[in-house]
Amino acid sequence: MASKTQTALQSKAHDPALDQIIKLAIMAVGGQGGGVLTNWIEDCAHRNGYVVQATSVAGVAQRTGATIYYMEMAPAQERAPVFSLLPAAGDVDILVAAEMMEAGRAIMRGFVTPDRTTLIASSHRALAVSEKTVPGDGIADSEEVIAAAEIAAQRFIAFDMEKMAVDAGSMISASLFGALAGSGALPFERESFEAAIKASGRGVEASLRAFAASFDAATGGKIERPQSGQAKLPAANTPAGPKHLVEHWSKLEARAAAMPEAARDMALTGLRAVVDFQDLDYGAEYLDRLEQVLAQDDPAKGYELTREAAKYIAKAMAYDDVFRVADLKTRGSRFARVRSEIGPAKGAQMKLTEFMHPRAEEIVGMMPSSLGRRLSKSESSMRLIDRLFNKGRRLRTDRLLPFAQLYVLGGLRKYRRGTLRHAIEKQHMEAWLDKAMTYRKIGYALGVETLRNRRLVKGYSDTHARGLSKFDRVMDGVALLAGRDDAAHWCKLLREAALADEKGDQLEGALKTVRSFAEPRETALPN
Amino acid sequence: MAERSFAKEVQKLKVGEGETFSGEGILALTKALLEAGVGYVGGYQGAPISHLMDVLADAEEILTELGVRYEANASEAAAAAMLAASVHYPIRGAVTFKGPVGVNVASDALANLSSSGVTGGALVIIGEDYGEGSSIMQERSHAFAMKSQMWLLDPRPNLPSIVQSVHQGFELSEATNTPVMLMVRIRSCHVTGSFAAKDNKRPPFTVKDALANPRSDYARVVLPPMSYMQEHDKINNRWPAAQKFIVEHKLNEMFGPKEAPVGIVLQGGMYNGVIRALQRLGLADIHGDTEIPLYVLNVTYPLVNDEFFEFCEGKSSVLVVEEGQPEFIEQALGSALYRAGKSISLHGKDMLPMAGEYTGQIMLDGIEAFLKKAAPELLPARLRAPNSEEKPALPDLSKTVPIRPPGFCTGCPERPIFAALKMTEQEFGKHQIAGDIGCHLFASLPPFEIGGSTMGYGLGPASNAAFDGGGDKRSISILGDGGFWHNGLSSSIGNAVYNKSDGVIVIVDNFYSAATGGQDILSSRADNPSKATGHPIADAVKGVGVKWVRQIDRTYDVPKMREILKEALTTDHVGPKVIVASSECMLNKQRREKPLMNKAIKEGRRVEKPRFGVDEDICTGDHACIRLSGCPSLSLKKLDDPLRDDPVASIDQSCVGCGNCGEVADAAVLCPSFFRADVVHNPGWLERTLGSFTSRTIAWLQNRRSRGRIEFVRT
Repeated sequence: MASKTQTALQSKAHDPALDQIIKLAIMAVGGQGGGVLTNWIEDCAHRNGYVVQATSVAGVAQRTGATIYYMEMAPAQERAPVFSLLPAAGDVDILVAAEMMEAGRAIMRGFVTPDRTTLIASSHRALAVSEKTVPGDGIADSEEVIAAAEIAAQRFIAFDMEKMAVDAGSMISASLFGALAGSGALPFERESFEAAIKASGRGVEASLRAFAASFDAATGGKIERPQSGQAKLPAANTPAGPKHLVEHWSKLEARAAAMPEAARDMALTGLRAVVDFQDLDYGAEYLDRLEQVLAQDDPAKGYELTREAAKYIAKAMAYDDVFRVADLKTRGSRFARVRSEIGPAKGAQMKLTEFMHPRAEEIVGMMPSSLGRRLSKSESSMRLIDRLFNKGRRLRTDRLLPFAQLYVLGGLRKYRRGTLRHAIEKQHMEAWLDKAMTYRKIGYALGVETLRNRRLVKGYSDTHARGLSKFDRVMDGVALLAGRDDAAHWCKLLREAALADEKGDQLEGALKTVRSFAEPRETALPN
Repeated sequence: MAERSFAKEVQKLKVGEGETFSGEGILALTKALLEAGVGYVGGYQGAPISHLMDVLADAEEILTELGVRYEANASEAAAAAMLAASVHYPIRGAVTFKGPVGVNVASDALANLSSSGVTGGALVIIGEDYGEGSSIMQERSHAFAMKSQMWLLDPRPNLPSIVQSVHQGFELSEATNTPVMLMVRIRSCHVTGSFAAKDNKRPPFTVKDALANPRSDYARVVLPPMSYMQEHDKINNRWPAAQKFIVEHKLNEMFGPKEAPVGIVLQGGMYNGVIRALQRLGLADIHGDTEIPLYVLNVTYPLVNDEFFEFCEGKSSVLVVEEGQPEFIEQALGSALYRAGKSISLHGKDMLPMAGEYTGQIMLDGIEAFLKKAAPELLPARLRAPNSEEKPALPDLSKTVPIRPPGFCTGCPERPIFAALKMTEQEFGKHQIAGDIGCHLFASLPPFEIGGSTMGYGLGPASNAAFDGGGDKRSISILGDGGFWHNGLSSSIGNAVYNKSDGVIVIVDNFYSAATGGQDILSSRADNPSKATGHPIADAVKGVGVKWVRQIDRTYDVPKMREILKEALTTDHVGPKVIVASSECMLNKQRREKPLMNKAIKEGRRVEKPRFGVDEDICTGDHACIRLSGCPSLSLKKLDDPLRDDPVASIDQSCVGCGNCGEVADAAVLCPSFFRADVVHNPGWLERTLGSFTSRTIAWLQNRRSRGRIEFVRT
């Protein structure tokens, strides 16, 4: 026992010098230049008479994986301090996160605590592979991280430091350094930070620009919601074209505007989409279909049915075929967008290569429906067509001839209504719409969910085929459920399962469950 | 050319007596070797000591001036074997590699070296790849020191201690005729700091002197009966000599008060972590002056019982802080106490976890738990009261924050290889695929999920040997150029040839040992002033008797890649089918070409810069392209369009225009959304004139069509 051995010692009086140790962790994604940032901070601290110890983890962690840099510093004394080589939960003063989810990771690991931590995070997202591969929308919700950060951090500074760096022609390490300086979390003057950048001697000018922009933003203690995509442009919705067409358009527009408030905007958006896809008469067709749905809608339900119909009928009518792709690829507006995206320097030229790969299906799809149907029925002719057309084609649309090819194809959209593809799409859409309206009679919500199932049909060739089969499987599942009060709920679950993975394994599981409790009954409606 | 250049830093190695050296751990190690008059150095790259190899390579000139031989060894085994130079000659030698995997590979040579014993100091610097940031199985190199009776140093993780341990390591090695392992952990390799430098020393006896006066002595050869005598020599002479040296030269350190009820025994590498915990418990100050006595084992093998007993004197209990498992030190100390009939209570793995890195929180909890039990009166009141301070309730982010394992870089030439493999599997069904060590192992993760095992460096094809006999689907194995030259040529290719393997072997050749930081290897294309590069892998493969070899010089050609894989899987050729897929590592390529390109643009020369893009109104947001890529620059964006449910693909400015997107979209018949835009800087006169004519004509056509129909424009 302690008492037996000798007089127990009293615990040491707390050493005030310990409170002068500044503990700083940088959580980054490999390749973001966390090493550069670490060197700058170290140099800056030295310039201010601090002793610094920095550690990093080299190795595969740097190949786009999550990685962490850690440093401690304290005012220099005649005797060297003992610093830790790695951060401890609840013991970090400054946490710099070079990406929003890395900020989340830091919070999860307990490196951000209300009693001490200044959290400086770039609000941009570098999506992880698991977020990108989902066929639907798998992007993690930054709002949840922000909510957590506002509780966990003593001070929280967040804005898009990636964009700031790119705009300045620099790397995010520079804007992170600027935010660190601007936050005032380190007891150093701005000049000493900038001196560190200048001393590093590479890309100094650009780095200083990014540093300055970020410094100012951070002094404002800014918290900015992450932007998805780029800054919002005004929607393209002003009609342009020959007078008689514009007049005709305004009539259609009036019809759409006459829709109930809840469905109006969607109806207008849908109308524009189908007119842009084909022509004004096609727009009239769209409105006819929509008005039929409206006739069956229930004001008490806030016209949800009509709104969803407005959205998905438009998507179904404006399908993706060869004419559509050719038309979009050859538009002046598209050329302009590509230019602004690539932003070639003044005096520089731009070559443009498109990657096309038509298969027999696309070719016969462009043919008059009767001929197309006959050919698509005979395997030998399909094989022949494949041999003739099915190969990767790279078209240089910055050159006259390849451009002309696509331009002419785009022009053929006039004849679209007669094509096999159009017949198929029309048939599929009408079957789906009828089904939805019949279900609507059984249950309003089920009708709405059935309309939404159209979301599953997207993509080209194999992906499109996979989407169709998922759509059919979900609809089959729904057929088993029609009549139950939880049918709509299950319809939604089936759709979400279908969007969760590529092969549809989750959907299969969900369907099993459905079959387990909903045996096919006579009352179930025929597909 | 390695990923990171130390050309500037190595100049620091020239500082001498009276000056202060400041820099990273790996540079300090190198400087210490030169101060100790090392005669030859070598090793094999691998985190965390990859950069030590880079430093040595960049310092070759300085080394040569001093008459020091630098060898970039072919493997850890080769590096360890090089220490044979210290068996007969009074030359100090040092090699470095990662542990424990490097030690596994080197163990044959190390065991022979230990049995023979050494005349000159032999130092093995091991970067122990354990804990966060590690890329390998979690084991300890400690066991190798014990089985071969090599002494193991584990210095406190600060530059002065590390530097001192290099000097002590050589002295200990020479005093006991035993090779010494010097262990540095992941973070101490890159920890920054400074120490008082000494002058560099020319080796008193160089390797050239040795060649001029060759020696041999069969007593050193590992053959009976000498091998029996060597074992007895280890136990009867070298071991006691080592313990004597350790005590006399105070290699282990004691801190804190002489008298206290409790104490802590720790590996040198644990020192900063322990001090931080004590600081947080109010038992140590900023300089590490502690109220709890510490017995710091800078030598973790062999242990010195008398020194340990002396430390235990008057204490009721001690805690052993020993990271990793099995707990060799705790076991040894426990049995020593028991045999000596001591009553002191010994704690360790009962207070600290058996497995895993001793992070800040774990260390704090473990030491606090120990003190609560053994000496509660030492703890501040707030800590004696159970869970005093409250933490705010945080939203659970575990479902939100995605895991972020390492993956292929933007433009990586290995991506199209595995995209092609994935498509091949989609066509012919899943195959038995064995992976190997290297960047290509990332293919085992989503989105590719290709390769179900990794058995060691260069052993990918060998690990498919059981399937060499073939079946209705051929086995496929992956091998990197690094692993190929490390030992793949004999263990994997030779093995496959001799056993008439029916398997398919894909050799990923990216011109470097890329995963370890882009060091040159035999098949590298770059000219290396001091090493022989440019030896094609295909020639070597043919040389050992492979008849079916296909060389691909542009891995980005996905259709060709697929075609060749198909051929390999279907050909009736008997014997291994080897595909060598070669394209330069994009990290290194960009590092080399970017500056040249920008220079050319500045000088007004014609330069083409490719980049890819996605037509957002053609992309339907099914993300099939991403499931065949996973490229960091190929991401998603949400459109401001109420008709769109799902985010569409989008390529950011980090795209290097490698071409994978277009190739895959084409080969897998995905969609026509992708486009490639080649920006032509400083076009010629003819090009400009033609260009403007074409674009004017195209614009005219576009306006013509717009005029004839309704279009919707932004206003």
